[in-house]
Amino acid sequence: MQIVFLLEQVVNGLVLGGYYLLIALGLSLIFSVGGIVNLSHGAFYTLGAYVSVTLGKYLGFTAAAAISPFLVGLLGILFERFILRRFYREDPILSLLVTFGLAMVAEQAIRMIWGAAPLPASMPGALRGPVMVGEFLFSKYRLLMLAIVVVILAGIWMLLNKTSFGRVVRAGIQQPDMVAALGIRLQPYMTTVIVLGVGLAALGGALFAPITIVHPAMGAEILTVAFVIVIIGGLGSFWGVILSALLVGVVRGVTIHFYPPAGTASIYVLMFLVLMFRPRGLLGERIEKFE
Amino acid sequence: MTQYHDTKGRKSARMTRRSALKFGAAGLAAGSVLGMPSILRAQDVVKIGHLTPKTGFLGVLGEYATLGIQLAVEQINSAGGVNGKTFELLSEDSINPDTATTKAQRMIERDNVDFLIGEISSASALAISQVAARNKKLFIAVGPRSDVLRGKSCSEYMFCCDIPNTVMVNAVGGALKRNGMVDGKKFMTLTADYVFGHDLLKAAKAFFDANNATLVTDELVATDVTDFSPFLLKVRQTQPDVVCLNLAGNQVTNFVKQYAEFGLPYPTVGFNLNTADAWAAGVGNLSGTWPTPWYDTLQTDGSQAYVAAFKEANGKLPENHSWISYVAMNIMAKSIGETQSTGTPDLIQYLESGAKFDLLKNREGYFRKGDHQLIQEAFAFSVDGSASNEHDMIVLGQPVPDPDQELESIFPTVEAGGCTL
Repeated sequence: MQIVFLLEQVVNGLVLGGYYLLIALGLSLIFSVGGIVNLSHGAFYTLGAYVSVTLGKYLGFTAAAAISPFLVGLLGILFERFILRRFYREDPILSLLVTFGLAMVAEQAIRMIWGAAPLPASMPGALRGPVMVGEFLFSKYRLLMLAIVVVILAGIWMLLNKTSFGRVVRAGIQQPDMVAALGIRLQPYMTTVIVLGVGLAALGGALFAPITIVHPAMGAEILTVAFVIVIIGGLGSFWGVILSALLVGVVRGVTIHFYPPAGTASIYVLMFLVLMFRPRGLLGERIEKFE
Repeated sequence: MTQYHDTKGRKSARMTRRSALKFGAAGLAAGSVLGMPSILRAQDVVKIGHLTPKTGFLGVLGEYATLGIQLAVEQINSAGGVNGKTFELLSEDSINPDTATTKAQRMIERDNVDFLIGEISSASALAISQVAARNKKLFIAVGPRSDVLRGKSCSEYMFCCDIPNTVMVNAVGGALKRNGMVDGKKFMTLTADYVFGHDLLKAAKAFFDANNATLVTDELVATDVTDFSPFLLKVRQTQPDVVCLNLAGNQVTNFVKQYAEFGLPYPTVGFNLNTADAWAAGVGNLSGTWPTPWYDTLQTDGSQAYVAAFKEANGKLPENHSWISYVAMNIMAKSIGETQSTGTPDLIQYLESGAKFDLLKNREGYFRKGDHQLIQEAFAFSVDGSASNEHDMIVLGQPVPDPDQELESIFPTVEAGGCTL
């Protein structure tokens, strides 16, 4: 029976990794196109949750969770146009500082608009409850989230690898000057990718709202895990982030199974070990412009 | 000031002796106009150093605590202050014990506060009490609940206002016993992995031992855990009769939301829950019986007046940390008024004297001399699953102890706590 319990934690870890992916993938996308270490990513996650909970009172949970990422994504356009665009060719430390400042401003703005107290948020009763698959217990809601994540991952992969849009983005990541020399203006592509990254963070916030406390600093909590995943996976690597998210979920779950107090520490130990042997992360690519 | 040119022809500003004298005289004159009245003003002001966590896993509660103490200070100042002195509140974020220590020391040395007040974290409160003792300043520990602060780590300079862990356990324990949820039952506990949680677990174990219940498993949970799914699987694997939570702050909200999400069948109870965390869980997620020191539906004149004033000032209802912060500040105002002093020895003597204070409850409270604990009523509340909103789902029970019993009957004795003042 003990082995079944352990396997259950492994499978739960994979599901957990799936939902970390929503946040980590957006972070990785934004880094790969602009070399921006976006410390304000957590703020967009928080905004996604707040907008979703607020709209949910009038539109219901499903519609609110669907609309929220689009509204926050619109903010992403302003974010790219007025802030990030100035820092693409600058030292990454500058974008790191400015997004750190933006994260603090955003947190305080949320506090001013919605108040410091957490917002109550629940999921519809139909989504609540367990699903048994053989011996394994799953949450119905998390399986639904996992399905959404898989669809989104497939969509992003198709967009980046099977469309002309994706070809330009990938070429722009490796050789922006060459793309410009071919007469292609990269700016709209970068804006689109950053809006996509911001929208993913907001979707994460909207989907997490019913299962986690919704408060102004919630973004800071998730951002740390997201960064650990991106670093382990390799900055800018699509498959690296996926592999890393699943690994982080499993390592954390299995550690909690054997020794719960070390659950959080285990992901940092994992990061340390990976960076010892693979300083670029598991599948980190060599990107010329960041060398 | 006279301008000179150096050997390379650059302008430089150097001060002659005469201009220095003029400048000094002007400074003195300005000091007499601006500085002296401020010194005089300082004598008319009671400076209060308020420390509470405003970020981190207790940040939500700290925000409420700040609103409560601010309201008390505003009301005191609006009424003309105490003994002709107005109150000046210096409020800062004490996110962890290290920060709390540094800021407490700075408030005493640099800001010259008359006393320290605040805190929710037991670990930070312990750190502040050590700073207060070294500097011989009074520290009113408003929100921390660890028994150890009133026990082995008690201090001559620290007075504890909130209800301690053992009383929280006793308050909810009575209700659980009435519902047949203790005798012969197997409990699994989840405990916040810091001094408060460990302390609460100790009190819970004593309760289980005294009432023929068995603790089959305890899991320690780091304070920054937000996803409880691996712990929920462990609950399922353990199959207890009752799941008992010794969690703190955001942990409780996250746990109850995810417990409802997984739909596990085992009843949950808890020995610690703040109403802001309960509200944050949302309708349909919270269940069970929980302890609380106060709720806004308590029907006393003082309580309802406070609720109305808080709502008018902040546009929302107060919760228990705003209440205890408001009450604690008013206790200090009364103490300063009665002693006509802000001196630490005078205030300690008064607080130890058994003076009664209005806690906005049915019965007045007082500090016990032996361990500096504020003796008061406690409550258990249940959750109405059919309520239409977060506020109404909390149903406050009758106060404990019963009106005909001594207030101290629900508190551990000073000897049992181990405090030797």
